[in-house]
Amino acid sequence: MGHHDEYQVQHGKILTRPFFVLLALVVIGFGLIAYRFIAGVGAVTGLSDGYPWGIWIAYDVATGTAFACGGYALALMIYIMNRWKYHPLIRSALLTSVFGYCLAGFSVMVDLGRYWNAYSFFLPSRWQPNSIMFEVALCVMTYSTVLIIEFLPAVLYTLEHSRWQWVRDAGQWLHPRLTPSGETLQSGLSAVSRAAGHVQVRLDKVLIFFIVLGITLPSMHQSSLGSMMIIAGDKLHPLWQTGFLPLLFLINCIFIGYATVMFESIISSYGFKRPYETHELSGLAKVVPMVAGLWMAVRFGDLIWRGQIPAILAFDRNSFFFLLEMALIGGGAAMLLWRKNRLSPRMLFVSGAILMLGGGLFRFNVYLIGFNPGEGWSYFPSFAEFMITVGIVALEILGYLVLVKIFPVMPNPKKHFEEEVEEAAGELVGVPIPDAANARVFVGK
Amino acid sequence: MKSTSRRDFLKFMGLTGAACLASAAPLCASTEGAGECETAIAMLYDATMCVGCKACMAACKRVNMDQNNLSYEHLATDGDKLWDAPRDLSGDTRTIIKLYKESDTRFSYVKHSCMHCTKPGCVSACPVKAMTKDPVTGVVAYNKNACIGCRYCQVACPYNIPRFQWSKAIPQIVKCDFCKETNLKAKGKPACGETCPVGAIAFGKRKDLLAEAHRRIADNPGRYVNKVYGEKEVGGANHLYLAAFPFEKLGLPTLKEESPAALSEHIQHTIYKGFIAPVALYGVLCAVALKNKKEQEKLGHGEDN
Repeated sequence: MGHHDEYQVQHGKILTRPFFVLLALVVIGFGLIAYRFIAGVGAVTGLSDGYPWGIWIAYDVATGTAFACGGYALALMIYIMNRWKYHPLIRSALLTSVFGYCLAGFSVMVDLGRYWNAYSFFLPSRWQPNSIMFEVALCVMTYSTVLIIEFLPAVLYTLEHSRWQWVRDAGQWLHPRLTPSGETLQSGLSAVSRAAGHVQVRLDKVLIFFIVLGITLPSMHQSSLGSMMIIAGDKLHPLWQTGFLPLLFLINCIFIGYATVMFESIISSYGFKRPYETHELSGLAKVVPMVAGLWMAVRFGDLIWRGQIPAILAFDRNSFFFLLEMALIGGGAAMLLWRKNRLSPRMLFVSGAILMLGGGLFRFNVYLIGFNPGEGWSYFPSFAEFMITVGIVALEILGYLVLVKIFPVMPNPKKHFEEEVEEAAGELVGVPIPDAANARVFVGK
Repeated sequence: MKSTSRRDFLKFMGLTGAACLASAAPLCASTEGAGECETAIAMLYDATMCVGCKACMAACKRVNMDQNNLSYEHLATDGDKLWDAPRDLSGDTRTIIKLYKESDTRFSYVKHSCMHCTKPGCVSACPVKAMTKDPVTGVVAYNKNACIGCRYCQVACPYNIPRFQWSKAIPQIVKCDFCKETNLKAKGKPACGETCPVGAIAFGKRKDLLAEAHRRIADNPGRYVNKVYGEKEVGGANHLYLAAFPFEKLGLPTLKEESPAALSEHIQHTIYKGFIAPVALYGVLCAVALKNKKEQEKLGHGEDN
C-alpha cells in the first residue's frame, strides 16, 4: 500500500492574478446572496409562480452535478471495469466532484424559500419517500459526505508529511506571548501528524467500501434527477417528457463525467504548464462514443416509440433546442471515433467541451427550456441571479486552484509516465511523450 | 482489506442489506390506486350562476389573512389603498374570480383555486410532508412549519395553483385548503361558499355534488357544456366546475385522465421497491471492486488512495 507519490502538489504561488479575478466574482456573488436573504428570492431572480425553478436549479444542481460526475465515471472505470491505469486521474476528478456537489447543495440552500426548515430531511417523521426530491436530497447529501471521505487521503497525507513551516512562520509573526513555546508547538504539531498517519492507515482499509458507495449513490440520484420532472406531466414538452428520463439522465451523466475529466485535465495541464495526460485521456475518449451512442439509441428509440418524430421536425423553439442538443452530443462524440483525434490534446479538449455543452443542454432543456407552465408565463434569469451562479462557479474554480497547490492532487508525471509509456509503447507510436514543450505547441504561440 | 476474510465480507453485506430492507420497507408502502374515498368533501362552482361580485375573494382573504400572512394588493392608481385588486392567484391571494369575454353579451366568470386532486402532484412531490391530503376529507393542505420552500409543488401542479411569496424574506406557499383551519373548522363551510350571494359555490360530499352537477346538466342541457370539469382530470379532483363555455377558454387546462404523480411514483417504486435494487447494486459492485483490487495488489500496484 501507499504509492502516495502517484500524486503531487502543484507548486506555485496561490495568490495569482486569476485568483483575484475569481475572488472578485465570488465577492459579488456572495454580496447578492446576502441581499437575497434580506429581500427574498423574488428580489434577485426572474422567477415566477409559473417558472418556480430557474438557473440555480437547472444549472447549479441539474447540470452542475453532472459536470461533477467525473469522480463517479472514473471510479466506475477503475474499480468496476478494472482499468487501473486511470488511477492517477482520480484525485483531480474527485476534487472537482467535491466542489460540484457541495456547491450544488449550497445553491439549493440559497434557492430554498424556507431554508431554516431544511433540517426536516433529518427527521424521519417528515420523510416523504414518494417524493423524488426526497430521494435526491438525501442521496446528494450522503454522496457529498462520501466524496469528502474519498478525498481525505490527500488531506491526511499532507497533514502527516507537512513540515508546518507556515505555522512556525505565523508563530514568529505573532507576539511571543500569544504563541506556545517552540517545544510545545513542535510536540503538538507532531501529534497532529501522527494522528493523521494513524487515521490514514485505518481509512485505507475501509476506503474501498466508501468508493463503491460513491459509485452506487450517483447511480441512484443521477437517475432520480431525471425522474424529478416526470411529475411535471404535460408542462414538459413531449420531446423530453418520458418515463425513460431516469435512464437518460444516468447514461448522460457518465459521458458528461468523462468529458469533464478530459476538459479539466487538459485545461489544468495547460494552465499549470504540466505535461498532458494524453495517454489516459485517449483511453477514456474511446469509451465516450459508446456511452453517448447508447444514450442516443435510447433517446431516439423512445421518441419513435412515443411517435414524437414529427415534433423533432416542427422547427419551432423546442425542435431547435432538441436538434442543437443532438448535434452537440452526436458531434462531440463522433469526433472521438478517430484515433488521431483521441491522441490530440486539442481535439480532446474541444470534444470534451462540446460534450459538456450538449449533455448540459439536455438537462437544461428538461428543467427549463422544454418546460412550459402555460400561457402568460415567461422566464429569463435576472442579472443578479446570473451573477450568483457565476459567483458559485467562480468559487468552485478558485477552490480547485488553491487546493491543488496545498494537497497532492495532480498526477505525478514522473511516476506514472515511466510505467505507462513503456507498457503502452505500441499504442503510442509516432506520438511524442507529452511534456512541457508540447504545451507550448498546443497553445500555438 | 487483507485482514477481511470472504466470510466476514459476506456477513457484513448481509447485515447491511437486512438493515436497509427493514428500515426502508414500511416507507415505500404504496398509496396508489386508492381513488377518492366516500367521505371526501368537495366544492362545486357553477360558472353560469356566478355574478362576478368577488365577495368570495374578499371573504377568503379576510378569513385566511393571518394564517398565510397575506397582504392586500393595491393598484398603482389606487393612492388611498382602498381596493384589494389582485390580478391572479399569488402569494397574497388564494382564490380569484376572472372574466372570460367572448363578446359584450357572451361572457363567463370563472373562479380559480386549488382543485384538491384525488392524486395530488404537490403531495407526491413534497419531500417533507408539508403538503398533505387528509385521508377522510380529501382536503389538500399546507403546513408552513415543515415546508422548506423548494417549490417542487409548483412544478408538480398541473393547474399552477400553489403560489410562493417571492418578495418576502420569510415566504410561504399559499393555496386554498377549503379553510381547513379557519372557516371550515368554525362554521363547517369554506368562507367563499358561505359568502356567495347567489349560491354559485356549493359545498358538500363529493359524490353528492357530482350527482348534483350531472343532474343540472341533464335538466338544462343548453345551459352547460356537457362535462363536469374536475371529475376525471389527472385522476379526478374535489373542486368541480360547471360552465357554459369550453373549460380551456376559461383558463382551465385540458388534462389527461392519468395522473403524472401516479406515474412518477410508479417508476420510483419500481426502481426502489423494498430498497432491494440499491442494496443489490452496492453488494455486486463491492464484490467486483474487491476482486479487482485484490488482483491489482497481486500485480504490485495496489490501492494507493
